Amino acid sequence: MNNVVFGQYYPTGSVVHRLDARIKLLAVIFYIITVFFIRDYVMYAAMFVFIIGLTLVAKIPLKVLLRTVRTIVFLVLVTSIINLFFTTGEVLWVHWKFIKIYKEGVEHAIKLALRLILLMLFPSLLTLTTTPMELTDALESLMKPLKLIKVPVHAIALIMSIALRMIPILMEETNKIMLAQKARGADFDTGGALKKAKAMVPVLVPLFVGAFRRADELALAMDARCYSSVAKRTKYKVMRLTAKDFVAGFICFAVFSLVFLNKYLWPFDQMVLALFK
Amino acid sequence: MAIKFEKVTYEYPAEDNAVVAVKNVDLEIEDGSFVCICGENGSGKSTLAKLMNGLLQPTSGVVTVDGKTTATEEEEELFAIRQKVGMVFQNPDNQMIASIIEDEIAFGPENLGVPREEIGERIEYALSAVGMTEYRHNTPYKLSGGQKQRIAIAAVLAMRPEVLVLDESTAMLDPKGRAEVLKVAHELNDQGITIVLITHFMEEATQADRVVVMSEGRVVMDGTPEEIFRDRASIEKYDLELPITDAIAADLLQAGLPLEDKIYSEKTLAEAICRLK
Repeated sequence: MNNVVFGQYYPTGSVVHRLDARIKLLAVIFYIITVFFIRDYVMYAAMFVFIIGLTLVAKIPLKVLLRTVRTIVFLVLVTSIINLFFTTGEVLWVHWKFIKIYKEGVEHAIKLALRLILLMLFPSLLTLTTTPMELTDALESLMKPLKLIKVPVHAIALIMSIALRMIPILMEETNKIMLAQKARGADFDTGGALKKAKAMVPVLVPLFVGAFRRADELALAMDARCYSSVAKRTKYKVMRLTAKDFVAGFICFAVFSLVFLNKYLWPFDQMVLALFK
Repeated sequence: MAIKFEKVTYEYPAEDNAVVAVKNVDLEIEDGSFVCICGENGSGKSTLAKLMNGLLQPTSGVVTVDGKTTATEEEEELFAIRQKVGMVFQNPDNQMIASIIEDEIAFGPENLGVPREEIGERIEYALSAVGMTEYRHNTPYKLSGGQKQRIAIAAVLAMRPEVLVLDESTAMLDPKGRAEVLKVAHELNDQGITIVLITHFMEEATQADRVVVMSEGRVVMDGTPEEIFRDRASIEKYDLELPITDAIAADLLQAGLPLEDKIYSEKTLAEAICRLK
């Protein structure tokens, strides 16, 4: 239950944890774009080294970081296998009955797997080092320009933070309702997927009714405390960028631009590979 | 005169059968007093509370706060009233907005547009007033019911109200939590804040300056706790339950034992009985 409150936040109090969430969020966005521009294995390796380095600085055990990859193992396997068998190319490596595996297919499959794993790792590092509340605040701050085109930025951020607050409460309520149903003979653990799904209906109905009642009361409590989405509010917590945020931003920027340099201007990975030949 | 009701009627709008929750009520709540409003379920006491800060507006009659009517459409005027008359509700989980206690307390002042530095001071004041200073950076999720309700009170105190309405705020708490909340309420009353305590526990009325009993939408009894508790016929008529000590004292008095006609606590009653020969 405790895990739910802070998502997968892993507190160690490291420098990475204390960085401004906006910098971290921006870094992740640019990182995701960057990953699609990685050209060769050397740069993949460099990216892994960068992430492992960051993990060490964040004082997060590598085991914890790798655990986040587990959720996408299936996806990685399926997409790799499909690519392996269905990519055609020029150099045929295996030809057995109707199965043809080309050199390009193997390369494609490996790169895709590496790319998916990389795409999972860095954002996981973000959620491991940043609380959902900080992320919400960061989003609100980054979306501020959208106010100009009348997007209700504050309301969106408030909805997100209330949702975060309600998750553990609704989890607890779900448990309570399930126990109450079990006490009256309900069975949630046996049968096929369909039967299990059907068994959840009597849990979901009271849960939804309860959620709406809560929403009503919460709205009343917010009214009583003068909440208005249009009035001019002040903000108690202000995010301030410090020197370390600029340094971190610069480091990320430098690493990511290496990828682009490598792809478009300066293929140094070829030189490294040439050394080994 | 803090809050004044003049011939106030409130009817819940319903298509087929409208429910009249409050009928023709005249009531004045004086500055600095501790008023307890009692009544069985459906007696209209909660509706009465919501009329005090304009969450509900009377169908007929007038409710005024410091001379200003609550029947206004102007958000600014309504907010001025709600800032003066703070309200704490029954379920602590359904009135908290933020996941961190200091953010929760900052919410009201933020809505009022209080400058940032002052919000910090107000958070400090509000938390110390309810004795929760050390929880400032915690999440409310792990607190006990009594502690959560004290945080809800602090969240209202940070708006610097003149009147604090506790709308059945003790109903969901265990005896310990109830005692905590009552203690805070009395301390705040000593500091000059008017308290309106709405409850169906008669023992909470014993320490009030004044007890108002409601039944079927009307004010049926109004007086000091002594006056109210002495009138046993009416107490029974309105389905109220005397605190156990008072019930015992009243029975003993009726049986002709020489007890004083006053309100006893558990301890003083035990002592008085021991002194009987």
